[in-house]
Amino acid sequence: MGLNDISVLIPSTADEAIEAFGDGKNVVVVAGGTVVMPDIAAGRLRPKQALYLGRAGLDGITRKKGKVTIGAATPVSALADADPPLAQAAAHVGDLEVRAQATVGGNLCSASSDDAPRGDLQAAFLALGASVRSAGKGGEKTQSLEKFLADGAGRLVLDVSYDDEPRQAGYAAVWRPHTHHYTILAVAAAKRDGELRLAATGVAPRAVLLDPDDPLKGLELRDDALASAWYRAQLIPRLVERALSDIQGV
Amino acid sequence: MNLTVNGISHEVESSGLRPLLHVLREELGITSPKAGCQQGGCGTCTVLVDGEPRRSCLLPLAAVDGASITTVEGLGTPEHLGPVQAAFHDNYGSQCGFCTPGVLLATHALIERSPNAGRDEIEEALAGHVCRCTGYVKIIESVEAAVGGAS
Repeated sequence: MGLNDISVLIPSTADEAIEAFGDGKNVVVVAGGTVVMPDIAAGRLRPKQALYLGRAGLDGITRKKGKVTIGAATPVSALADADPPLAQAAAHVGDLEVRAQATVGGNLCSASSDDAPRGDLQAAFLALGASVRSAGKGGEKTQSLEKFLADGAGRLVLDVSYDDEPRQAGYAAVWRPHTHHYTILAVAAAKRDGELRLAATGVAPRAVLLDPDDPLKGLELRDDALASAWYRAQLIPRLVERALSDIQGV
Repeated sequence: MNLTVNGISHEVESSGLRPLLHVLREELGITSPKAGCQQGGCGTCTVLVDGEPRRSCLLPLAAVDGASITTVEGLGTPEHLGPVQAAFHDNYGSQCGFCTPGVLLATHALIERSPNAGRDEIEEALAGHVCRCTGYVKIIESVEAAVGGAS
């Protein structure tokens, strides 16, 4: 089976994209392409159908009715001036060209593999208390990001939103600069009305919320190509400390 | 689908999922964008898409239908090097040459958006471009010369 056997759907509106995605069976969504294109080009991924999302009008950032809403096809580079800790997390993704291609929706759907921690934005959006609006089996729904990630993210993300309220925020990350642009571990924190939300990327296939009183609680750390579970366990409390030190009065 | 490459319009027949890199190299015979890591991590496949640097190995053809692509051939000719090419030539900015096409295009785009780019901006613009000869000192000096020549 070659590339020409895969039918390529190029919807020009969000409704067309939702219809083309259907229940998501045998469809691979390609937006920025940064995660799936290497697998498609090398023949490791051969879906029946591919849905190219870049022309469906699902990009852009809006602020209205007390919400910040970011379209799924918005490039990561568009978050350079976003609210903290989102902007800091976005700056840690890949490099200039990859940030311009990679999309917010793709980042929310990506899981880490053994050689590549992924999903830098997930922890920041968790800290912001974000909700994901998605389509797929059972129709359109809006759910908390933690629920979306726990369900395995097998849906078509339409947008992600969070309350447009002032917060105190913090971010701390360990990455390996040069030749390997993956973030090993990152902790994002946001505090609003006395409620602190703390989350980490790089501790599980997808980002998770941390218990501020006991950040290692419930984590099942694993070794991968970039860091051992032991190393991560040493780093997490330090990163939490650094992220919280950004938040005044904590 | 239609691509304009270095000012010349081409009708292309590849699947909309084929990476732009392979369309350029195999369907159009334009081999300056190199097939390096083919995972977006090395930078040598970089081309300009409507003036912006992009990884051609990660771009499905569907993403660039109707776009204007510039490869390093579009920056000058052997007889008349473009300013970025001339700066690299004068400052020994290329060793084996494998990373050079991507580095030149990223530099060209950097100078277009920031004609007075300083060291930090240069490093950020080239962060995704790996030189396995480790010729970074000469590369940065060449970019600084190109920036100096442009400003």
